[in-house]
Amino acid sequence: MSGSRRSIWGRRMRKEVILTTVGLRAGYGGKPVLQGLEIEVREGEIVAVIGRNGVGKSTLMKSLIGLVPAMSGSIVYRGEAVEHLPAHKRARLGMGYVPQGRDVFPRLTVGENIAVGAAIKGGGIPEEGRQRVIGAFPILRERWSQRAGTMSGGQQQQLAIGRVLIADPNLILLDEPSEGIQPNIVQDIARNMVELNRRTGVTIILVEQNLDMIRAMAQRAYVMDKGRITASLEREALDDAAEMRRHLAV
Amino acid sequence: MDIATLAFSALYQFGDAFAFLVLSACGLAVIFGMMGVINLAHGEFIMCGAYVTAATVHAGLPLPLGILCGTLASAFVGVLVELLVIRHLYERPLDTIVATWGLSLIATQGTLILVGSTMAGVGTPFGSFQVGAYSYSIYRIVLFVAALAVLAALYALFNWTRFGVLARATIQVPHMAAALGVDTRLIYSLTFACGAGLAGLAGGLYAPTMTLVPTMGATFIMEAFVTVVIGGADVFLGTAPAGGILAIVKSGMTSWQGQLFGQIGLLIAVIIVVRVLPKGISGFVLRERT
Repeated sequence: MSGSRRSIWGRRMRKEVILTTVGLRAGYGGKPVLQGLEIEVREGEIVAVIGRNGVGKSTLMKSLIGLVPAMSGSIVYRGEAVEHLPAHKRARLGMGYVPQGRDVFPRLTVGENIAVGAAIKGGGIPEEGRQRVIGAFPILRERWSQRAGTMSGGQQQQLAIGRVLIADPNLILLDEPSEGIQPNIVQDIARNMVELNRRTGVTIILVEQNLDMIRAMAQRAYVMDKGRITASLEREALDDAAEMRRHLAV
Repeated sequence: MDIATLAFSALYQFGDAFAFLVLSACGLAVIFGMMGVINLAHGEFIMCGAYVTAATVHAGLPLPLGILCGTLASAFVGVLVELLVIRHLYERPLDTIVATWGLSLIATQGTLILVGSTMAGVGTPFGSFQVGAYSYSIYRIVLFVAALAVLAALYALFNWTRFGVLARATIQVPHMAAALGVDTRLIYSLTFACGAGLAGLAGGLYAPTMTLVPTMGATFIMEAFVTVVIGGADVFLGTAPAGGILAIVKSGMTSWQGQLFGQIGLLIAVIIVVRVLPKGISGFVLRERT
């Protein structure tokens, strides 16, 4: 039985599980960074993963998309075990990864960066998708023919998100989108992502240190420490400043 | 001799040197310039193209089809080499040098054993024409046009096609391309095959002008590396201007003091350019642009 709420309404409202990890151990070389990590995310949720620096949050994101190999345990995405699939196959199943540090293709133009994201679907950039992306991030329309490496951090972040949105993912892995970006753009991105989530029901896993962004976006949060989930916070706890500072303290 | 015939002679020699530099280098520009694989067997891919071209022409095919066969054969060998050797060494550039050097030795000696010390050549087509007191080969003009066409085709391939954009993305940030759904292994294989095929094309185009011996690749490899090193990482922005500058140096030095000085001029030019522009011409152009 997956539901913990008693209300029949609650149970009926409950969505399907989109992603589960069981006993996930993953890392570089011989030593796992993730030590038996377990999470469960439902369709349409925005879940934050928080914790101090170096507890393995980015490694978790990389192992979900397939850039860091799973040593043991499982990752089930929409009912399919994906822990042995290479990254490009997971992307084709509908996972969109927005990495920490953005990793845009610096010498490709904005349009070409987005074309790489669209290539999963076969063919060029669909006009409907293009409208959706530049509707969310109008700056990308202005900079369409500019080399991505010459843009500011905030513009690159919007491009990195637009690049996955073009392929219409079911799950977006968003790794520290606020890092090194000015506050008004952080707010823009948060508002855009929440709106997108409401409109399309896309699921988002958000790794973040920025308290404002967590509060603006997340519906609940996992707290990570030393490669494990140590606590699960509901929405009310995210608004408790003292408790959040304790979890995020460096 | 009047000025016009002198000017034509200089232009002809420039065009000849330009074609040789660009056609030798374009395959290497993809494999070494773009992918960063130091391929010492580049000359042997060229040799493969030349031998297959000659063999198919002897078997009765017209020359253009023979050149196509040479190109495809080299591309196919390129796929095999990438799959069996290069793929395992992308993170280990020094080992790649040893491996491709080994391949080069095996290919040269293998050809010597299997085909013999020389192979019957192919006649140079089209004949010649007269300007002033000198006669010039029409086929050299064809080679010049072919070099321009190859540059244009490469530009179109890497900028206007989906494959080209995915290849550039994969080479710039491989893990991110994979995370966006690009099968990066396939892209690397195809890009390597493209470079090997271009080497085969160079071999096929030059087959009618050369003596076919197993070591013929060595004729091309110095010019190829010099052009790519001077040109830098961008196939079009690098190879084309590098070919132009080096062709002036080479044809100038050669007509002044002979073949040997042409080669020495190339080496001095590469030393000077690399000293001034460590990332080659295209590195300089791209930095200026950004």
